[in-house]
Amino acid sequence: MMIGLGHYLTVAAILFTLGIFGIFLNRRNVIIILMSIELILLAVNLNFVAFSTFLHDMVGQLFAMFVLTVAAAEAAIGLAILVVYFRNRGTIAVEDINQMKG
Amino acid sequence: MIIQALAFYVFAAVCIGSGIMVISARNPVHSVLFLILAFFNAAGLFVLMGAEFLAMILVVVYVGAVAVLFLFVVMMLDIDFLELRRGVLQYLPIGVTIGLILLIELIFFAASIWQIAPEAANALGAPTPPTAEASNTAALGQLIYTDYILLFQTAGLILLVAMVGAIVLTLRAREGVRRQVIGRQIGRRRELSVEIRKVPTRGGV
Repeated sequence: MMIGLGHYLTVAAILFTLGIFGIFLNRRNVIIILMSIELILLAVNLNFVAFSTFLHDMVGQLFAMFVLTVAAAEAAIGLAILVVYFRNRGTIAVEDINQMKG
Repeated sequence: MIIQALAFYVFAAVCIGSGIMVISARNPVHSVLFLILAFFNAAGLFVLMGAEFLAMILVVVYVGAVAVLFLFVVMMLDIDFLELRRGVLQYLPIGVTIGLILLIELIFFAASIWQIAPEAANALGAPTPPTAEASNTAALGQLIYTDYILLFQTAGLILLVAMVGAIVLTLRAREGVRRQVIGRQIGRRRELSVEIRKVPTRGGV
C-alpha cells in the first residue's frame, strides 16, 4: 500500500482537531491550552512538510522552520506571562483573568 | 515499501494517541510527557517524508527546550490542578460537536480528495534537488542563506525579542535582599561611618 499525500493530510487534520478540542475541553487550564496550541502548530508543520515533499518544493520545509521558530518564541513568552500572572494572583484559572474587563 | 507503510502507521497512531492523552490526562506532567512523545513521532513522520533536518530540529527544539520549559513551569507553580479540571464535562458537548464538524470537513473535503494539479509542477518556488546531488540539510541551507536570508534573520530577531521579553517579564527586584553595591562601598566617607566619643572614666558609653 502506497502512502500518499492524503494520509499525511489526514494525520495533520486529526492532530489539528485534537488541538481545537483540547482548548474546549480544558478551558480553565492555561498550560494545557498552550500545549494544545503547540499541537495545532505541529499539525500545520506536518501539512507544510507533506506538501513540500509531494510537490518537490523546498519552500514548504523552509516555512515549517519559521513556524517552529514562532512556536518556540510563543511558548517562551506565554509561559513567562503565566509565571508573572501566578506570582501576582496566585492562580492561573482562565475565568479569573478579568481585571481588564475585556 | 511495506516497511515504509508500517512505519507510517506506527508513527501516526502513536502521534495521535499521545495527542489524545495530552488533552485528556489528569496530571499536567503526564500531558507534557505525552506532548514530547507526540513531537517525537511527528519527527519520525518528517523523516519518512524526507525532511531529516526539520525532524532533528523538532527533536532538539521541542524535546530539548520547549518541553523542559513546560515541565519547569508545571512543577514550579503550586497549582491545584484538580480544581482547574472542574467543569470539564460542561464544555464536552460543544467541544465534541465542533471537533467532529471540523474533522469531517478537513478529512473528507481536504485530505481525501486532494489532488495536485499538473500545472503546479511549473510554479515551484525552489525545486528539491535530487538526493544524490545535495542532502536535505544542504538544500535547505542553500535556500536559507541566499533567497530567504531576510526571513531567516527576521526569525532570529523574533527569537531574540522573545528571549529579552521572557527575561524582562520574569525578572524581579526582590525586597529585603542585601546585595553588594560597589559604589556605596567606595563612596563611604570617614565622617559618615566613624564617630569619636569622649568616654568619661568609669562612666561607660
